Amino acid sequence: MKLDLSLTVNGEAISARVEPRMHLVDFLREVLDLTGSHAGCEHGVCGACSILVNGEMVRGCLMLAVQAEGAEVWTVEGLTESGAIAALQEAFVARNALQCGYCTPGMLVAAATLLKANPSPTREEIREGISGNYCRCTGYHAIVDAIEEVSRA
Amino acid sequence: MNELSSVDRPNSYIGRSVPRPNAKRLVAGRGQYVDDLRLPRMVHVAFLRSPHAHARILSIDSAAARAAPGVVRVVTGAEMAEVCTPWVGVLHHLKGLKSAPQHALAVDRACWQGEPVVAVVARTRAEAEDAVGLVEVAWGELPATVDMEAALAEGTPVIHPALGDNLAFMREHVGGEPDACFADAESVVVQATFHTGRHTGVCLEGRAILADYNPAEGRLTAYHSNQAPHMMQTVFAKHLGLREGDVRVICRDVGGSYGIKVHVYPDEMATAALSKILGRPVKFSADRMEGMVSDIHARDHRIAARAAVTKDGVITAMEIDDLTGIGPYSVYPRTSAVEGNQVVNLCGGPYALRGYKARTTVVFQNKTPTCQYRAVGHPIATTVTEGLVDLAAEAIGMDPAELRRRNLLADDVYPFKNHANLSFEGLSHQACLTKLLAMMDYEALKAERDALRAKGVYRGIGIASFIELTNPSPFMYGIGGARISAMDGATVRLDPDGSVAIASGVTEQGQGTEAMLAQIVAGAVGVDIARVRVTTGDTETTPYGGGTWASRGAGIGGEAALQAGHALREQILVIAGAMLQAAPEALDVRGGAVVDRATGAERLPLEELGRIVYFRGDTLPKDLPRELVATRHYTPKDYPFAFTNGAQASYLEVDVETGFVTLLKHWCVEDCGTVINPMLVDEQIRGGVVQGLGGALLEHCVYSPEGQLLSGSLADYLLPMSGEMPDIQVAHVETPTKESALGAKGAGEAGTAGAPAAVQNAINDALRPFGARVFAQPFTPARILTALGKI
Repeated sequence: MKLDLSLTVNGEAISARVEPRMHLVDFLREVLDLTGSHAGCEHGVCGACSILVNGEMVRGCLMLAVQAEGAEVWTVEGLTESGAIAALQEAFVARNALQCGYCTPGMLVAAATLLKANPSPTREEIREGISGNYCRCTGYHAIVDAIEEVSRA
Repeated sequence: MNELSSVDRPNSYIGRSVPRPNAKRLVAGRGQYVDDLRLPRMVHVAFLRSPHAHARILSIDSAAARAAPGVVRVVTGAEMAEVCTPWVGVLHHLKGLKSAPQHALAVDRACWQGEPVVAVVARTRAEAEDAVGLVEVAWGELPATVDMEAALAEGTPVIHPALGDNLAFMREHVGGEPDACFADAESVVVQATFHTGRHTGVCLEGRAILADYNPAEGRLTAYHSNQAPHMMQTVFAKHLGLREGDVRVICRDVGGSYGIKVHVYPDEMATAALSKILGRPVKFSADRMEGMVSDIHARDHRIAARAAVTKDGVITAMEIDDLTGIGPYSVYPRTSAVEGNQVVNLCGGPYALRGYKARTTVVFQNKTPTCQYRAVGHPIATTVTEGLVDLAAEAIGMDPAELRRRNLLADDVYPFKNHANLSFEGLSHQACLTKLLAMMDYEALKAERDALRAKGVYRGIGIASFIELTNPSPFMYGIGGARISAMDGATVRLDPDGSVAIASGVTEQGQGTEAMLAQIVAGAVGVDIARVRVTTGDTETTPYGGGTWASRGAGIGGEAALQAGHALREQILVIAGAMLQAAPEALDVRGGAVVDRATGAERLPLEELGRIVYFRGDTLPKDLPRELVATRHYTPKDYPFAFTNGAQASYLEVDVETGFVTLLKHWCVEDCGTVINPMLVDEQIRGGVVQGLGGALLEHCVYSPEGQLLSGSLADYLLPMSGEMPDIQVAHVETPTKESALGAKGAGEAGTAGAPAAVQNAINDALRPFGARVFAQPFTPARILTALGKI
């Protein structure tokens, strides 16, 4: 069984027929070829699949694609093209706040969400704000530095 | 940097914090991890895995699975064995190491919960998983050998009867006169039994492979999330009946590795074999749950240890008795005995002991196989050694930093061979400790700790000195018969536009390998780093090499790149000399142009030289060499390993009511020789520290008595989160290795090597007023409260 799905992804109107069991992150990756969002655990813990749905950060692995009917979805690809996270991306590169890069698209969404709610966070607030996103490479210090740098700019 | 005149030229990027060239792509979501790739006619495989720790496979009924929507093929162990031969994970130089043949899919019997048993190939991963649920296996459960302490006991089932017992490997070593030191009536003997918790790497990108066997050519191309493409080329060829030259392994972006992705995994071998069976691309992407039971685990050790110390503060001897459970097979081809072997090699390593005795006993059990994970054996050895040093300090009433100062090897004793028979070319323990104590303001920190203790706030300071094995020579694997290269090559080429291309045998999993190579070559040739591009991770297009593991990328791959870059510069200067009618020695390459060496005046841009050589060779002298490409290889020859060293400290607070540990600050001073990119090295240290902290405080593969993994999801298996990790201050002492012109030693594992020991000592320092101690990792609230007698 497949269901009709209409939504906006990165500003583009999308219509598709999907299985009701398909997760949103799989829909983005497998149907739309938006492979920037990563499935790290598929049970809502690691945050690698974090994306924006109607302006809110969600786990792409905990939401079904059909639940995004009519929604406005932004992934790292769209956020890059729009320039919405350009300052964070530049700071992440300059500060080497990524190593393997697998967590980074989700981490950038978490960082942008944090700075939107709290434009001048303390280091502790930054650490708390990105605690839903695992990074196995950096030890987080450089990520905190990069977000702090952007918040002060 | 005085010794480094050969690299310290104009355009030198050595010692500069240059951003990584590949990072911009990754922050834009344009990485190419294996699961991002798709090929025409690609199908997906999912595995039925054993739900039992040990069980006979009585029968398999796959009729319903074969009839399920989308299913292309269902393959059992017996069918798989016709295509893919089994392997045995032993190395000749680890004398006595034994293991049993391991198959890509279990044949007749499964030996751990999670072992792949049946492969189902379908058009989509979801359809493959659906059909896995339809495969009926009749299991005959067998008694499981789970507890490593009982593995050798009378009456414990022997997992592989053909091997006779559950002992995989044992090694004993005695150096100097340990017995005399322990018998000395004037010395105090301290002892403890340490446990390091079994944990695993949890690469955020699970293991993945896309295997594409093309029957028309008889060639296999494997896109693999892996650290050692040339090793895998050999392994695929050998076990699938192909010639090495007919196998190409491509490692594009790899989403974390840490040693997890440098081993041979049955499900990955099965995927390659399935591609050969089907003649079409097959993708396997491990999901998190199957990764937790099938990625290698590590560090499942119990170590009984003691040390002798004189009353005036001379640590004279250590004695170590290590026991480790490695699962049912020694992992191929690096083996599961290396970790225990490293514990024997590394304990006591920073100290000038008079006697050393160590034994490791490596046993089989029905749990997930263990093997080399970041800093193999180091965190275990450092936890034991530094735990003993702190116990010794307490026993004789000496400050633990002072006891270290008195006993660490002096900085002027090198070259030095210790009682474990390790050869050190040059270390800096004293300088690192001095720098560490200054950086953390040790005396002020102690005063703060003491003042707070009086107010009922229990903080602790823990210090750990350590050594780290890097830049391994063929003594690590090659002499044991494994085709794992200790040599790496780099090819450096000047293209007509004046840009420089590097192809290197070392690989990138986020460490910054490609940045490091670009920095070295830009300086060696004399061009802006923006004109350099790097290719790694492709057996077809890079020189043969080992890949990136054991902290070898910069020290070995970097040196090869340096030599190749110098060779290209010489080629450029010979051609430029002919074009400019100048002596090559009077010219240099700087800023992407040939210049007059003495004045720096520009004589010829490289793009003009490239234009003439490639398109107007008719204008050059007939006998002039026109090579603008050079390949050089490097392998360490003077020392089996380039040991490095360092010291770490942890400052933390223990809530004695809840047992919770709050990490306040962490420091690390380490010596990796020449620092090529300070920012990247610091981030290797920080990332390594946090992986060590994870093992010390959070991460634990907990098993039931029946051999079921109880912490198999990320809801149960705790990983370090940013909110609970401290800021980590890093500093360096530089003792370049004289083996290479570059002088670089490894830095990838130092953080992990020392962090758990520093935390252990800090917790025990915090608990000292209560006379409580913990030596079993992870140091959970429950264990701390138990030590406090509160539960």
